[in-house]
Amino acid sequence: MVAIQRYLEFTGKVGLFASHAVCRAVLPPFEVRMIFRQIEEVGWKSLPLVLASGFAVGLVLTLHTRSSLLRFGAEAMIPTVQSLSFFNEIGPLIAGLLVAGRVGAGIGAELANMRVTEQIDAIEALSIDSFKLLVIPRLIACIIALPILTVFMDVAGLTGGYLVERSISHLSLPLFLEQAFSQVGWATFIPPTLKTAVFGLIIGLISSFFGYTTDEGASGVGRASTNSVVISSLLIILSDVLLVKAIFFLFPDSAI
Amino acid sequence: MSGSGEPAVVFESVTKRFGDRKVLDDVSFAVETGEALCILGRSGTGKSVTLKLMIGLLKPEKGAVKIRGQNIVDLDEDGLSKVRRQIGFLFQSAALFDSFSLNDNLELPLARMTKKSKEEIDSIIQATLDDVGLGKDRHKMPAELSGGMRKRAGLARALALDPCILLADEPNSGLDRVTSSEIDDLLLGLKEKGKTTIVIVTHDVRGARRVGDRMAVLEKGRLLAIGKAEELENHENELVRALVSEKD
Ligand SMILES: Nc1ncnc2c1ncn2[C@@H]1O[C@H](COP(=O)(O)OP(=O)(O)OP(=O)(O)O)[C@@H](O)[C@H]1O
Ligand SMILES: [Mg+2]
Repeated sequence: MVAIQRYLEFTGKVGLFASHAVCRAVLPPFEVRMIFRQIEEVGWKSLPLVLASGFAVGLVLTLHTRSSLLRFGAEAMIPTVQSLSFFNEIGPLIAGLLVAGRVGAGIGAELANMRVTEQIDAIEALSIDSFKLLVIPRLIACIIALPILTVFMDVAGLTGGYLVERSISHLSLPLFLEQAFSQVGWATFIPPTLKTAVFGLIIGLISSFFGYTTDEGASGVGRASTNSVVISSLLIILSDVLLVKAIFFLFPDSAI
Repeated sequence: MSGSGEPAVVFESVTKRFGDRKVLDDVSFAVETGEALCILGRSGTGKSVTLKLMIGLLKPEKGAVKIRGQNIVDLDEDGLSKVRRQIGFLFQSAALFDSFSLNDNLELPLARMTKKSKEEIDSIIQATLDDVGLGKDRHKMPAELSGGMRKRAGLARALALDPCILLADEPNSGLDRVTSSEIDDLLLGLKEKGKTTIVIVTHDVRGARRVGDRMAVLEKGRLLAIGKAEELENHENELVRALVSEKD
């Protein structure tokens, strides 16, 4: 009973926070410089993590699917399976979870620290809108950066997959690419990639919420950071289920 | 809206609670325009809370807080922001933006709140930092500064917009006697030159006597006494006499 009550309370608070964000975001002045600063922070600085992970997952995945497909004599399908699974699900989901870990923890801790050390009050005291200066740029940066990071994730994964294929079966690059993209149309690529904008929204919103609204001393900083990662990862996975359903409904082509 | 004879800051029976703890209890006083008021009191008696009420960072449960005649208790964000534009605030913790250099800490309000050119802003930043003795540390990050330097940087940021009301929470804390009296000189200068109204929370009685026209003593959320130093020296309450006396 208490759990349900707390859940509803949390949902309400996040909802209010989100509606506040939307109302504020559409009114000038726009913090363009802060948005670019945050895109660098969220996107550019996550790139090494995303590339390395994508590459590693690509390698491992190919090794696994390879042995399964070999059993059915479907060796030629390896690049296709690889690219489909990356473009459709693995790239978006893993990119989302990685960024939730890195960026969610960062935003949660940074804003909570600013709250605890009175920096947010100081911004307000200078009659600057702290919500506009701190929350909205992070939100926008997450929404923009995630689809782009996902594309990099896909490319890194395919690169890893290709290297495995090449070392085992000496498949040439053009042939690999031809097979990899034989089943990939815009409908299989665009919707899953764009759905990560929703993941970005979740990460930005949840971690800003925990950071901006923390009200308990230094221990609150750690808690805000942990909560940001846990809740945004959870919501990413849950929303993924809904988004996949929605994409199948709207783009029947992508459900092969 | 605000007449010239109006006090800059007025507290009318202000009561502030945190949970069921009364931190301020029915506090009333007024600070005249151009006056410097020093608030003294033991640790944890609500001095910082008093300052934060003056700028609307906290809201009282009861009573009115008036800035130049305008009650700020029920103002919305836009109204509050207009009032805050006239006020410079130094936090007890300095509250510098720690991902920004000193220069950017001062530039943030200047670039947003004024229409000044880049050169003008540049020279204001340099002059303000020179005033607090940090001219050479302009491009340092807050983490590279000592506690006293951070406090002075916070003061510089509060002064950058040339406010007509300055609220300073312990501007001299963590400073040696010489630097501390330099800061007092700076505050005195502001008062004489610019007719700035100043409210200072301080534990430094010597400085308070030099800068302050009047002193107020808070104890356990109540205003024990307010008046000129000489008056308070002979106050009936022992704590008031002890806090105001210069002898250690
Ligand atoms: N945000 C807050 N939430 C809950 N309690 C608070 C809050 N801010 C202050 N208090 C309480 O209000 C009381 C007065 O605090 P305040 O910071 O005004 O003290 P102070 O007089 O400035 O002390 P010091 O000289 O040590 O700075 C303290 O007991 C403190 O615990
Ligand atoms: Mg204090």
